[in-house]
Amino acid sequence: MKPLLEVKGLMKTFGGVAATDNVHLDVMKGEIHAIIGPNGAGKTTLISQLSGALQPDAGTVLLNGTDITNKPAYKRAKLGITRSFQITSLVMGMSVLDNVALAVQANDGHSYRFLKPARSVTHIREKAMESVIKVGLRKRANDKTSALSHGEHRQMEIAIALASDAELMLLDEPMAGLGPTESGLLVNFLKELKGQRTILLIEHDMDAVFALADRISVLVYGQIIATGLPDEIRHNDDVRHAYLGEE
Amino acid sequence: MKNMTKTGWITVIGMVMLAILPPYFLLNGHAFYMDLALRLVILGIAAVSLNLLLGHGGMVSFGHAAFIGLGAYAVGIPSYHATWGGFDLIASYNGLLHLALAIGVSALFALITGAISLRTKGVYFLMITMAFGQMAFFLFQSLDVYNGDDGLTIDVRSELPFINLDSPMQLYGLSYVSLVIAMLMVKIIVNSRFGMVLQGAKDNNERMVTLGYNTYFYRLTAYVISGAMCGYAGFLLGNFTTFISPDMMHWTRSGELMFMVILGGASTALGPILGSSVFILMEEVLSSFTIFWHLPFGLMLIGLVLFVRGGLMGLFKGKGE
Repeated sequence: MKPLLEVKGLMKTFGGVAATDNVHLDVMKGEIHAIIGPNGAGKTTLISQLSGALQPDAGTVLLNGTDITNKPAYKRAKLGITRSFQITSLVMGMSVLDNVALAVQANDGHSYRFLKPARSVTHIREKAMESVIKVGLRKRANDKTSALSHGEHRQMEIAIALASDAELMLLDEPMAGLGPTESGLLVNFLKELKGQRTILLIEHDMDAVFALADRISVLVYGQIIATGLPDEIRHNDDVRHAYLGEE
Repeated sequence: MKNMTKTGWITVIGMVMLAILPPYFLLNGHAFYMDLALRLVILGIAAVSLNLLLGHGGMVSFGHAAFIGLGAYAVGIPSYHATWGGFDLIASYNGLLHLALAIGVSALFALITGAISLRTKGVYFLMITMAFGQMAFFLFQSLDVYNGDDGLTIDVRSELPFINLDSPMQLYGLSYVSLVIAMLMVKIIVNSRFGMVLQGAKDNNERMVTLGYNTYFYRLTAYVISGAMCGYAGFLLGNFTTFISPDMMHWTRSGELMFMVILGGASTALGPILGSSVFILMEEVLSSFTIFWHLPFGLMLIGLVLFVRGGLMGLFKGKGE
């Protein structure tokens, strides 16, 4: 297998603190690769550099072998990277379906189309509706996003990532703030996606991580201290020491 | 028509009143009311153009009066040279030339200033658009050929085919139809795919960029459309007042336009027109009592912002809108 995403020697410091410290990471096509680590390990900072929201100080990011290190976020999205946000980031004033439709529309050529009402472009609306139904929000499709619950917002984040057709999904704590039932549903849903999409998953919920991940990398103080199969990580002494705490 | 909202009906009723009342007053010998109506309709077009940016795009432009001024000088300068000689290239009374100049120069000014301003956001965007507006103001103030500060009288109005702008009735007809077209244009644009991107970027720019939209260029496009539309309003205003001065571009004028949009209700169709109507009527009424009419007016605006969400249109909103 060839890696879809290759990260080499990535560095990012904030005023002397290395948030990302010489990170090397390969994400294989079709795998769910989880990144775990204690709070403040630099997980979101890492995702932001992969999605293009932050520029790294040094290092390279390759997607399918192409250097995308200096590409702005909107170009990376066109190349097939999508991200969900740890802190829900949606267009609150629009309906659920409108939000998802914007993701479909982004991959449907340019949007310098001024005349036809966007809500009457059937192929976009239908594809958006598909994603909305998949994450279980059919009944909420036409409600205003701001009226939905936190759990539903998390579902929307996934629907948007799905609808964007991106090859690589960067999911930043998709289970954050979900109850056990909701998070169980989401785990099942992501399991179904396995193999169809490549997923880089950041998650604190260890049950979810071990249920889903093909491989796991452990990030501590900006450094990857171990990468391996779930069982290897579970039994890795460094990881136990750094992450799970001393016993 | 069945699924028209309450605000939709109010918009239709308001626009029908604007179509009927001013000509009625004029025909009954009250030319003064026609003058008021002309001013509010023309400034309404400018406010509609600003609403595309401010209401729908979340770009609080504080230099929009510059476009009105550019549009008005696009009438005044060619007309001046046609009368007094010089500058043969544009010296003409031809209204179509004036129109092309008004829209073209405004669009170009919007493109250049927008390209720079849109690199900033929030308060910085507000300040930099204001600075560009003031730049235009000082430029025209320094042009002694056109009397600088004292302003320029337009001796001959733009000559258009089929329409005689010397007739208040015809000028009003043109302005009113233009206003309706401007409103429809904004409505169509806002609901198009382009408009969805613009609205999305207003609410959550980061999300839009992450989805793959280069929101900068979408905003710039909206800025140019808005500037051109506002320049057109300037073309009408020049022909209406037949006197133009740099004062039209002063930042306080831009502030008034912003007042109108916010007072009436940003991101609604009728809001800007309602805002310009109330602004102009209040100005007229209050200033007949006191020269300090800005004070009660300002208090009213503060009250409105504090207590009514969404401006005057917010008062009319039906349930679930």
